[in-house]
Amino acid sequence: MFKILMLSAAMITFAFASASAETIRWARAGDAITMDPHAQNEGPTHALNHQIYDSLLQRDMSGAIIPSLATDWSALPDNPKVWRFNLRKGVSFHNGESFDSEDVVFSLNRAMADGSEMKELLSSIKEVRAVDSHVIDIETNGANPLLINNLTNMFMMDKGWSEANDVMKPHDVAKGETNFATLNTNGTGAFMLVSRSVDEKTILESNPNYWGKNVYPNQVTEIIYTPIQSSATRVAALLSGEVDIIQDVPVQDLERVSSTDGLKLATAAQNRVIFFGLNTVEGPTSELKVRQAMNIAINRSSIKKVVMRDQSDPTGVIMPPFVNGWTETLNQYPEYDLDKAKALMSEAGYSNGFDIVLNCPNDRYINDEAICQAAVGMMAQIGINVTLDAKPKAQHFPIAKGGEADFYMLGWGVPTFDSHYIFNYLVHTQTENRGSWNPTGYSNSDVDAMIVSLESETDLSERNNTIAKIWGNIQDAQMYLPIHNQVLNWGMSDGIEFQVQPEDQPHFQFLKFQ
Amino acid sequence: MFLIVIRRILQAIMVLLLVAFVSFLIFRYVGNPVDNIMGQEATLAQRAALEEALGLNQPFYIQYFDFLWKAVQFEFGNSYRGALPVAELIATRLPATLELAITSAVFGVSLGVILGIYTAINRGSFLSNFILSTSLIGVSVPTFLIGVLLIWIFSVELNWLPSFGRGGVVDLGWWTTGFLTASGIKSLILPSITLGLYQMTLIMRLTRAEMLEVLKQDYIRLANSLGLSNRKIYFFHALPNILIPVITIAGLQLGSVIAFAIITETVFQWPGVGLLFINAVYYVDIPVMSAYLLLVGFAFVIINLIVDLTYLLIDPRLRDSQLKSEV
Repeated sequence: MFKILMLSAAMITFAFASASAETIRWARAGDAITMDPHAQNEGPTHALNHQIYDSLLQRDMSGAIIPSLATDWSALPDNPKVWRFNLRKGVSFHNGESFDSEDVVFSLNRAMADGSEMKELLSSIKEVRAVDSHVIDIETNGANPLLINNLTNMFMMDKGWSEANDVMKPHDVAKGETNFATLNTNGTGAFMLVSRSVDEKTILESNPNYWGKNVYPNQVTEIIYTPIQSSATRVAALLSGEVDIIQDVPVQDLERVSSTDGLKLATAAQNRVIFFGLNTVEGPTSELKVRQAMNIAINRSSIKKVVMRDQSDPTGVIMPPFVNGWTETLNQYPEYDLDKAKALMSEAGYSNGFDIVLNCPNDRYINDEAICQAAVGMMAQIGINVTLDAKPKAQHFPIAKGGEADFYMLGWGVPTFDSHYIFNYLVHTQTENRGSWNPTGYSNSDVDAMIVSLESETDLSERNNTIAKIWGNIQDAQMYLPIHNQVLNWGMSDGIEFQVQPEDQPHFQFLKFQ
Repeated sequence: MFLIVIRRILQAIMVLLLVAFVSFLIFRYVGNPVDNIMGQEATLAQRAALEEALGLNQPFYIQYFDFLWKAVQFEFGNSYRGALPVAELIATRLPATLELAITSAVFGVSLGVILGIYTAINRGSFLSNFILSTSLIGVSVPTFLIGVLLIWIFSVELNWLPSFGRGGVVDLGWWTTGFLTASGIKSLILPSITLGLYQMTLIMRLTRAEMLEVLKQDYIRLANSLGLSNRKIYFFHALPNILIPVITIAGLQLGSVIAFAIITETVFQWPGVGLLFINAVYYVDIPVMSAYLLLVGFAFVIINLIVDLTYLLIDPRLRDSQLKSEV
């Protein structure tokens, strides 16, 4: 008995010792799907991989692009189709191999290979060439002024390690393939993987040979990452001091976290806009006036106040404020006006309203189902009888994407921080390569041509004019009813100085202890 | 006796084949796997080639036997989500669920029987009434709420016990156990109570009702009038007679404890097969879903088989009457 007591005492001491000031215990709702850096294009997966792998350039905690494995870059003055990157010297991978241009050529080609989910972001690339050991050129099909925006989550792997472990290609998650890189890593990043047990616990320790030792604060020596799915448990773990930082604080617990001694809440606008889409070819919503009526029948400020408990940023455009092309005027949301909405309905010949189904996810966005419920009530006020069909995201997205829905909810993040990303997926006519998330039926060949022209327009002011023109068309067509931009909340211990990153990606080399 | 055992085992196999059939239907018909795998751009020829490769163009019964044959060898393919072999995933998760289920079953059965006997013997006392009325919480409040409530009291307010996870686990190679570390045992307490509370209440009420029934019987009165001590009457004459229904229920409940650990595991982020299953549902991870279904069906069948066989051991009447009719 005494032995057991001694043992447990020793363990408690050990537990305290390991939870010293340099360890960060981090929790969020979901785990990374794989550690293979190119197999998935998904938030939690990138967030964990960012601790271990570096990209050529990355977004810092405020969302601005900063150098990482590339020290500087520019398009060649005589040829705008070629971008030249100077690579950082003296960088080594966790296994000791040095980082050079061969690794970059290999990694970018790997990210463009079959089975990679990152390849769409690189579709404009024609060839990646090594100029010398620390200089590379990326040649694009047409001039692509925004290439670097697509490289912030494009991680660099070691060619030798990949050959030795037979991970030359990403494993195709959809085909149920697996490979060595699913659970093993070898990056250049600030942290090295110590152990990983999926959905349970991942432990990282700081990389003693990290190139950024003197660039970033680098005060964290160990990260213990535990996904906690249940939001009540996640908050309880923070309140009881079992974890130091949680992402995804549920809105009903914000007050509780911020009023607890020793804890604080950090808040920032998220790069994700929530909106409804409408069928513009069939049914009552094919009438522009009906769509306009629905747009002004939505009381955005009451959704913010009642459903979101003030944790949202209502908007009149389907674009988060970080995105190139955003203006205060576009962001201005229309006034809630029932009389005008009713008048528009009767002008359209629907004074008696109509029936429609609203397809909505119930596990994807913050309070998604509750927002839809609020919309049902608001539509009823102008005579539209809405049946709510809320489903888990796995069932909702095929319906929303497949064009079976007349009225559906969608959220959109913009990883490239440029309007083109929104246009290409949500506005362009649905074709093989573009418009895959535009099931509204909206199709305008002039707009399509302008969208394609953005990809090679190098004159930035000309390009911005085109972007503004396209937005004008979208606002006139009203195939989307914008609701709000989501707000991110991270709950953390008082002893931490850390900013909320707009892509919801904590980069722990930036964290400081107070 | 031997014949009965054989018959029971044959019945169990029939049930398992049925479960496997349902599991196969899920695998094959909840969404076409070809759609999931190939995406929209695939041509008809590519689809046909994949169907050929996956054996989807075979007749129905051949596909079913193929599935059975692979299931017998624990081959369920790779998870769509984690990209790991399903058998391996389940093997790493199973210890967590089994340790939780066994701890909560031991807690539920032992406390249930003890409290049931106590409340039957001391009928009407203040403590009995208190136990009976508070135990209603166990059956009327949903599991997730009990879990959240316990977390709130013991983790957040009192800071005694961890709110999530398994704590320190020791890896024995083929099994990971939380029983060998202090933090592992502390982590077990709240989830076990959450999962076992319903069982405890059920067994307590059953024990109490059976005990009250038995105590009215003539042979107990006879024992009383013979002057046997109460202790002897309760534990040697009454208790064995109530064991059959209690064992039945306890056994059946062990199956549901394993199956319904899903909710408790989600609340406490317990890394067992229940949590694995929930995530599989979110991601439409069909290989994991169908393997889990088979596993739970298997657990139920085995437990029922053991319960059936235990009857024969405990109750000589059953054994004899069965023997007579069989021979």
